[in-house]
Amino acid sequence: MSEVKATEVAATRNPKGGSGLAHSLLRNVGGVQNLILAGAILLLAALLAALNPSFLLPSNLISIGTAVTISGLLAVVQTAVMIMGGIDLTVGSVAGLSSVVSAMVFTATNAYLGILTALLVGGLCGLINAIIIVAGRVPPMIATLAGLTAFKGIAQLISDGRAQGYTGADPLFKALARGSLIGIPTLMWVLIVVAILLHVLLQYTKVGRNIYAVGGNDRAARLSGIDINRYIVAVFVASGVIAALAGILITARTGSGQPVSGSEGLEFQSITAAALGGVALRGGKGSIGGTILAVILLGILLNGMTLLGINPFWQNLAQGALLVIAVVVQQSRSGERRVGLPK
Amino acid sequence: MSTTTDHGRGLEATGLSKAFAGVQALDGVDVTFPAGQVTALMGENGAGKSTLLKILDGDYQPDSGQIRIDGETVAFASPVEARHGGLRVVAQEPEIVPFVSVAENLFLGALPGKVVVRRDELRQQAVDAIERFGFERMLDADTIGIRLSPAQRQLVEILRCLIDDPRILLFDEPTSSLSDSETDVLFELIDRLRAEGKAIGYVSHLMKEIFRIADRVTVLRDGKLIGTRAVAESSTDEIVRMMVGRDLTNMYARNRSELGETVLELRHVTTDDVRDISFSVRSGEVLAIAGLVGAGRSELAMTISGDVPVHSGEIVVGGQVATLRSPRDAIARGVGLAPEERKADALVMIRSVKENLSLAVLDQLTRFGFVKRQAESDLVAEYIQRMRIRTPHAEQRVENLSGGNQQKVVLARWLAKKTRILILDEPTRGVDVGAKAEIYQIIDQLAAAGVAIVVVSSELPEVLGLADRILVMQGGAITGELSHDEATEERILALAMASELEAMEGSSR
Repeated sequence: MSEVKATEVAATRNPKGGSGLAHSLLRNVGGVQNLILAGAILLLAALLAALNPSFLLPSNLISIGTAVTISGLLAVVQTAVMIMGGIDLTVGSVAGLSSVVSAMVFTATNAYLGILTALLVGGLCGLINAIIIVAGRVPPMIATLAGLTAFKGIAQLISDGRAQGYTGADPLFKALARGSLIGIPTLMWVLIVVAILLHVLLQYTKVGRNIYAVGGNDRAARLSGIDINRYIVAVFVASGVIAALAGILITARTGSGQPVSGSEGLEFQSITAAALGGVALRGGKGSIGGTILAVILLGILLNGMTLLGINPFWQNLAQGALLVIAVVVQQSRSGERRVGLPK
Repeated sequence: MSTTTDHGRGLEATGLSKAFAGVQALDGVDVTFPAGQVTALMGENGAGKSTLLKILDGDYQPDSGQIRIDGETVAFASPVEARHGGLRVVAQEPEIVPFVSVAENLFLGALPGKVVVRRDELRQQAVDAIERFGFERMLDADTIGIRLSPAQRQLVEILRCLIDDPRILLFDEPTSSLSDSETDVLFELIDRLRAEGKAIGYVSHLMKEIFRIADRVTVLRDGKLIGTRAVAESSTDEIVRMMVGRDLTNMYARNRSELGETVLELRHVTTDDVRDISFSVRSGEVLAIAGLVGAGRSELAMTISGDVPVHSGEIVVGGQVATLRSPRDAIARGVGLAPEERKADALVMIRSVKENLSLAVLDQLTRFGFVKRQAESDLVAEYIQRMRIRTPHAEQRVENLSGGNQQKVVLARWLAKKTRILILDEPTRGVDVGAKAEIYQIIDQLAAAGVAIVVVSSELPEVLGLADRILVMQGGAITGELSHDEATEERILALAMASELEAMEGSSR
C-alpha cells in the first residue's frame, strides 16, 4: 500500500524525466564544463590549422604533448589536492629539489638510485607539508607558501644554485627524455599513466570518494567515520611524489639537475589548469578529465602563439585572461548571487 | 473613485513563476494582500514561501507574472526599489551591524540628513520610533548591535521597516525568536497597522498565531497555490490538509516491541560541557533528552558519538567499555549520529544524494578498494524509496533538496550502516509537517526493529510523543528522569528550569 504511494510520489515529483536523462548523459561526458573546454580546444585547433597548416603535423602535436607533460603532471596532482579542499604551492619547488637530488645521487651512484632517492625526497616534502598542516593547524595555503620558498632554498643550498651532473648520456634518463612507445614519447606516457591512475582513484575507489567528501565538508566526513587526517597526509605525500616525478623528467629533458629553472612558477600553472578544468577552490568538486582538457587547451594556446610568431610575453597575459574568463563563466553558471567576497 | 481607495487596494500578484536550475520553485501563483487585512502565507518548507517573498521585494526577478500595488503594475529590480515603492519584508534573520547603536541600526541605509548626521537628532528619532510602536520596555536606543538578543534584533528589524511607513508589510516568521510577551506586543502592533489600512502578509508555521492574527490564509504547496480561505471559516485540520495534501492522523505511531538488553551506558561521564552524566539505553528503546537551549544536550550527543574527549567516567557500548577517540571509533561500535546542524555537520552539500547516502557504508560496498557501483546504486535506490526521499534522481545535489528530505538522507545513511545505537539531535528542526510525520514513523520502525534511539529535542510535543523515557538536562547535568506515562510538558519544564525554581523558592522563604 505504502509502496504504491511512494512510487506515485516519485513519479509526480519528477515531471522532467527527460532532463534527468539529459543530466545523466551530461555526467557521462563529464559535465557542461568539459564540453565547453573540448569545444574551445576544437575551435582553437581549427583556427590555428587554418592560419598555419604545420600546426597539424604529427611532429608539432607531439611537441605540444611533451611540452605539457611536466606542468600536466603537477596539474593532475594539484587537482586531487584541491578536490580535497587543500592547495599545494610547493609542487614547483619540490620538482626543482627532486631534479637536483636525482642528478646528484645519479652522479654519485646510478640512475635507479637517483630516481628512487628523488621520489623519496618528494614524498618527504609532502609529509612535512602535511605535518605542518595537521599538527600545526596551519592552513594549506600558508603552510605550502612557506614550503614554496623553503624547499627552493634547500635545492639552491645543496646545488649552490647551479645545474648539477650530466644525465644526458645515461640510457635510462635518455629513454625517459627521448624514448617512445608506439609513436608516443615516453614523457607523454608518464603523464597518461599518472592521469589515468588518479582518475580511476578519484572516480571509482572508496579513497577517491572520501577525498571528495573531505573537500566538500570535512566535518561531515569526520562524523561519518572518515579519518580525515590520514587523507590529508596521504594526499600531500602523493603530491610530493608526483612533483618529484616531474622533477626527474626535468632532469631527463635538460640533461642535468635544475634547482630553479624549469620548475619555477609551475605551482601557479598547475592551479591555473585545475581551476580552468573546473576544480572548485573550496574543494569537493572537479575531475582529472577536466584538468587534462585544460592542460591541452593551454598547451595548444602556447604552441599556437609560438607558431604564429607572437611575442612570448603575450603568452602570460593570454593564460591569465583565459583563467579569468573560465572562472567567471563557471561562477555565473553556478548561479551564486553577487554579494560579498565569493567563496 | 470610490471610498475603498482610501487605503488603496494592497498588493495583487498574478501568475508568478520562478525556476532554479530546473526546479520549479513557484508555478503560476496568484496571491493578494488586501489593504487593511492580515493575510497569512503558509506551506511546508520548500513550498515556495521564501521565493515568493523574495520576488515580491525585488530580490529575485520572476520568470513570468505580474505584481500590482494599489492597481499599478510594479517591477522592482532590488529590495531598495521595493522599499521606495512602499513594500517591505521583515527579514527572519536580520542584518544587524555589530558595533553601532540601535539608533544607527534602525536608520541603516537611510540615515536622516543629507551629508552630516547629527547623532543626538538620530538618537531622538530612534527613541520616538521605539515609543511610537510600543517597544520601549524591550529596546534601548543606545544598545550596540552585538549586545542585542535574538528577540531584540528582530524588533530592530521590525522597527526599521515601520519607519519607512510602507503600504505593504510582509513578515517572515517574525516570532521565531520572540518570547510570548514580545509576541503579544507585536500582535497588538499588527492589529494597529491593520486598522491603519496597511496590507500585511504574515508567514508562520504556528497555527495558533494564524488564528490569532490573520484574516485570510493562503496556502502554497510545491510552488503552487493551493487556495485561500477566510480564517474565521477555516480550521487547523483544513489548513494542515491543504499544506500536506493528506490527513495526518496519529503523528506519533507507537508499535514498540519488548525492550532488549542495555546497549549503551554512560557512567559518570564528564567533558568540557557536561558533568557526571549517567544513564543507559536498551535495545528497542527511545530515550529523549529534553532541556532548554544551552543545557548541554547537543554536547552530550557529540560525546556519545566520539567527537568530544571524555575527561572522566566511562561509556559502555554493547557491554564493553569503549574509548572513543573519534567518531570513527563510535561508528565502529555501532553508534550513529544525525547532528543538529545537518548542513554544516552531516551533509556534503555539493555532492549527490547517492554519495551522501552511502558515505558511511562505502566499506561494505567496496571490493579491492573499488566501489561496487551496481551494489551502491541498488542500495541508494532502496533507501530513496523506503524513506520516500523526494529527489528527481540519485545524482541530484543534496543542496537542492528540502530540509525534510535532507534529514531523510542523513537518517538513511545510518539505516544503511545498520547502527545499533542512533543519536538524533533535533531530528525535525527545519523540517515540514509532512516529512516530520514520516521521520517519526521511521523512528518508531527503527525502535521496533531493536535499535536503541536517543533523541535530543527542544519540541516538547515531540519528546512526549516519541519517548519511552525522558531525561531532562540543565547546565550540563541531568536534573531528572520521567517515564512516558508520567511525563507532561509542565513536569519537563520544571526539571529543565530546576535551579531557577529552587532559587526562587529559596528567596521566597
